[in-house]
Amino acid sequence: MSTAVQFVHEQLTGKKDYPKFKAGDNVTVNYKIVEGGKERIQGFRGDVVKIQGTGATATFTVRKISDGIGVERVFPFFSPNVESVLLNKVGKVRRAKLYYLRERSGKSARIKEKRM
Amino acid sequence: MTSIFTPDGKQTACTIIEAGPCVVTQVKTQESDGYNALQLAFGDKKEKHSTQAETNHFAKANTSAKKFVKEFRDSSLDKNLGETVTVDIFAEGDKVEVVGTTKGKGFQGVVKRHGFHGVGEQSHGQHDRSRAPGSIGGSSYPSRVFKGMRMAGRMGSDRVKLKGLKVVKIFAEKNYILISGSVPGHIGSIVLIQK
Repeated sequence: MSTAVQFVHEQLTGKKDYPKFKAGDNVTVNYKIVEGGKERIQGFRGDVVKIQGTGATATFTVRKISDGIGVERVFPFFSPNVESVLLNKVGKVRRAKLYYLRERSGKSARIKEKRM
Repeated sequence: MTSIFTPDGKQTACTIIEAGPCVVTQVKTQESDGYNALQLAFGDKKEKHSTQAETNHFAKANTSAKKFVKEFRDSSLDKNLGETVTVDIFAEGDKVEVVGTTKGKGFQGVVKRHGFHGVGEQSHGQHDRSRAPGSIGGSSYPSRVFKGMRMAGRMGSDRVKLKGLKVVKIFAEKNYILISGSVPGHIGSIVLIQK
């Protein structure tokens, strides 16, 4: 990464205090949505499928099963719309990108919890 | 390139450009040169890589040898010889024009170079025609190919001006300017930013 990009990313990042999480963890993302001119906060709880990118443009993808249908949402780490991230469970997984979850459902799509 | 969030939470792609500091190396006036212009220089280079003529020319403006020199005709900037032009002349929200040289693409066919759609289909017995240019004109009349017929050839390395680009953010201490979207040229190439 060039020094210019690095400098700009340092200026744009910071001030977010998320807990440390990785792929396989169960998180709740509280994000702002605008509804009829009013702003409110909505939670999105699911498993982190991947963490992608670096610096100011990094994102993470959260997957949950909503009414039997898999839903994935991509959140930029430094989006002003992401209010907070809560870490619910630490998962025990062996890879960094959990794309295999997309082909699974029910019992086999569970992630084992890591006991501290 | 990178991206930045607007206050309402929308992510926009933007390009980081190091805009300055540029040194005024010559001021041309109606009396002395027949037209008004400002000559700006940017980017240091080693003394041993510059000719004596260059060194003396830059010495008049009391500055070291520079890599790039560009004249701006009828510039609205009111600067004297030896003064520096920084990113301060731009403000966030300004509409600017960016001039640059696009990336060279080499010898390209008509589909990539001119947006042709190719000839025919991939099935129904046709083959080797899906990226072909098709007919380039009539036969007995006009018995020649019209000038300017779009064909395959060298693509890219063209001077391109993009208008109406927005200044998203400015980092004055480093002379960085963030412009919405992409600009012509490869990483590290020289572009011109005009208001």
